[in-house]
Amino acid sequence: MKGSTSKRLAKLQKEGLTTLFPESTKIMVGSASCGIAAGADAVLQAITAEVKKKKMDAVVQKVGCIGLCYLEPLVDIIIPGRPRLTYGNVTPEKAKELVAAAKKGKVLEGALGKITAEPFLIEGTARDYNGTAGGVDDVPLYAELPFYRKQNRIALRNCGFIDPENITEYIAKGGYQSLASVLEKSSPGRIASDVERAGLRGRGGAGFPTGRKWKICLSARSDEKYLICNADEGDPGAYMDRSILEGDPHAVIEGMLIGGYAIGATRGFIYVRDEYPLAIERLEKALEQVREHGLVGEKILGSSFNFDITISRGAGAFVCGEETALIKSIEGDCGEPRQRPPFPAESGLWGKPTIINNVETLATVPVIAAKGAKWFSSIGTDGSKGSKVFSLVGNVNNIGLVEVPMGTTLRDIIFDIGGGIPNNRAFKAVQTGGPSGGCIPESLIDLPVDYDALTKSGSIMGSGGLIVMDEKTCMVDVAKYFLEFLESESCGKCTPCRVGVKRMREILTDICEGKAELEDLTRLEDMAGLINDSALCALGRTAPNPVLSTLKYFKDEYLAHILLKKCPAGVCKDLITFSVDKKTCIGCGACKKACPADAVTGEKKKAHKINTKKCIKCGACREVCPVSAVLT
Amino acid sequence: MKSSSKASIAAILKQYDSGQDSLISLMQDIQSAFGYLPKEALQQAGRELDIPLSKFFAVASFYNSFNLEPQGKHTISVCEGTACHVKNADNLAQMVARELELNGDEGTSTDRQFTLKKVRCLGCCSMAPVVKVNDDIHGSMTQTKTATILNQYRKDKK
Repeated sequence: MKGSTSKRLAKLQKEGLTTLFPESTKIMVGSASCGIAAGADAVLQAITAEVKKKKMDAVVQKVGCIGLCYLEPLVDIIIPGRPRLTYGNVTPEKAKELVAAAKKGKVLEGALGKITAEPFLIEGTARDYNGTAGGVDDVPLYAELPFYRKQNRIALRNCGFIDPENITEYIAKGGYQSLASVLEKSSPGRIASDVERAGLRGRGGAGFPTGRKWKICLSARSDEKYLICNADEGDPGAYMDRSILEGDPHAVIEGMLIGGYAIGATRGFIYVRDEYPLAIERLEKALEQVREHGLVGEKILGSSFNFDITISRGAGAFVCGEETALIKSIEGDCGEPRQRPPFPAESGLWGKPTIINNVETLATVPVIAAKGAKWFSSIGTDGSKGSKVFSLVGNVNNIGLVEVPMGTTLRDIIFDIGGGIPNNRAFKAVQTGGPSGGCIPESLIDLPVDYDALTKSGSIMGSGGLIVMDEKTCMVDVAKYFLEFLESESCGKCTPCRVGVKRMREILTDICEGKAELEDLTRLEDMAGLINDSALCALGRTAPNPVLSTLKYFKDEYLAHILLKKCPAGVCKDLITFSVDKKTCIGCGACKKACPADAVTGEKKKAHKINTKKCIKCGACREVCPVSAVLT
Repeated sequence: MKSSSKASIAAILKQYDSGQDSLISLMQDIQSAFGYLPKEALQQAGRELDIPLSKFFAVASFYNSFNLEPQGKHTISVCEGTACHVKNADNLAQMVARELELNGDEGTSTDRQFTLKKVRCLGCCSMAPVVKVNDDIHGSMTQTKTATILNQYRKDKK
């Protein structure tokens, strides 16, 4: 590294360490969107006010999400001489108690976990909290918690550990060192080869080898090339990219700079969903900071590399996650995909060679650059290297964001990390890959997360949404849900998708309403084959997947709807009636009060009844019943 | 159109050159100033930047976030992402539609106080089901909790 550059980074690193590991007490509030939805702002306010009131010398800051989303709001606290402790479900009152205790150098009981040494992934070392004072022996170590034990956080390395709005903390954790060393020691071709040898495949879903894509673009001749970060995370049920952007925006920017250098680009764009205002805000701040420190612009870090980054806000269209549609959208037009080839790597934005990489892919790049291809490729399976972030949501106990080595089984993720299914219900399926993916049944739960294994099962890896479904989820309804989604998100350019998806959805609606016949299943399969063969883009071609995978693994449920006119899971409203189980009902009257249709009758302390003629099947009674006596 | 509105469009247009590249961003700015895309504003923008009105309409009707109609004072977005869907988010949306006496399953109440929208997805899947009122996200919602929040906004009006 050139003397002046290394000095500059070292100075910022030193500055970052003063807030990363202050000599005073440090209190961190998980303030990603989900934390804020759970009340993190009020907790932060209470902490700030209490610290001021008690005239405490403490660093109070917002951090991203550490992944334990189901326990938000989360507060982490480091008292000098003690390990870092995490508290969950923190209320403003509890927050005040934490501060009061910290003022006395004490810790409160009830911490979820402790960290005695914070890992520095890029440097390969860990920084000790000098936790010499005792008193927290009964608190489990983070690394031993079931939720964390099997995780390997590479893309999420800094989320929850640094202030996302402070570039010096990112640099203190080894940030922008990779960029500096790539610019100084590596050529574009060499870094592209390194990433190819590492075996990094696109984390947006398609899984194309990133390094190979970069090489194609590098060899394309043009006066100008572009790199686009695809932050249009559209899969419903997935929020990995949002969490990275909100928790560690500089990791993505550094990845873009390295990628831009590798392909010979001069401009970068971050195409981010309009639904993610906080991610946009943090990206804007991060870009201001890199500009201030000369990490974007001309002659970056004293090299001859020029690169600038612009944010482009999406306007709410799922299809814009498809790369050719995304390009149209940045150009200011309707996001309609076009035929490929030519691939964007040869002719993309404004006709120039363009590379589109996903947020998680880019956030992983600086680590590969720092630790080498061999290190990265030692993690994972033969065909899928490294780790993958998943949003583990739906009917599972420990809802959150997890990053596991490729090859981890779905069972490990759902039952060990996720803690299984709540309310003593049985696991039914896990949906992966969003609307292009499928539902994987219990019989295949030992499948490893691996691009090829998941494709073979009839689903796909996708961007990382894992939606767990229990016995009360109707698989026909799920298939209908995805087709409704795709019908409304189809851009309308090609007929197979515009009309075919609609026809399939109509058949599914008939099945859910008990109006279908057995031949409809054959019609569904025929139509699926047709759309798959002839649709213009991946959205259309994969649209039948949710139907095909549920038909393959849950045909019984389809047959029950068609032949018996019954929805076994009790979801499809035309096929169910609400009733009260006389034996279980305690006559509390909650259902009667909640019913908007006056359909419930009954005296206090006696079993209640639902008048099925009046009942509108809104489920309000079931929601309030304290003893689960409402049946469908 | 009021002269103050004309002035604010002019202020927005100042930041843009002619051409289509920043069309979406321009429309986003107009929408954040007015809450929707008034026809007069688009006409004025079209005249000054030499973009046909049909282009604005094409883009506005293609993307979900654009509104061509005035919106209610408060926007209630019920998330129907997959995680919310498997937790019965649909019942929440139907409940709000009943409370607001809407004709369809989305739309604006006759008193223009509320607009109900179904969205997929807000990315707060860990808090499913999720309802967003204006910029505030409420997690782990039930019909009862949704009704309480709705009533709070109604009270604020009075």
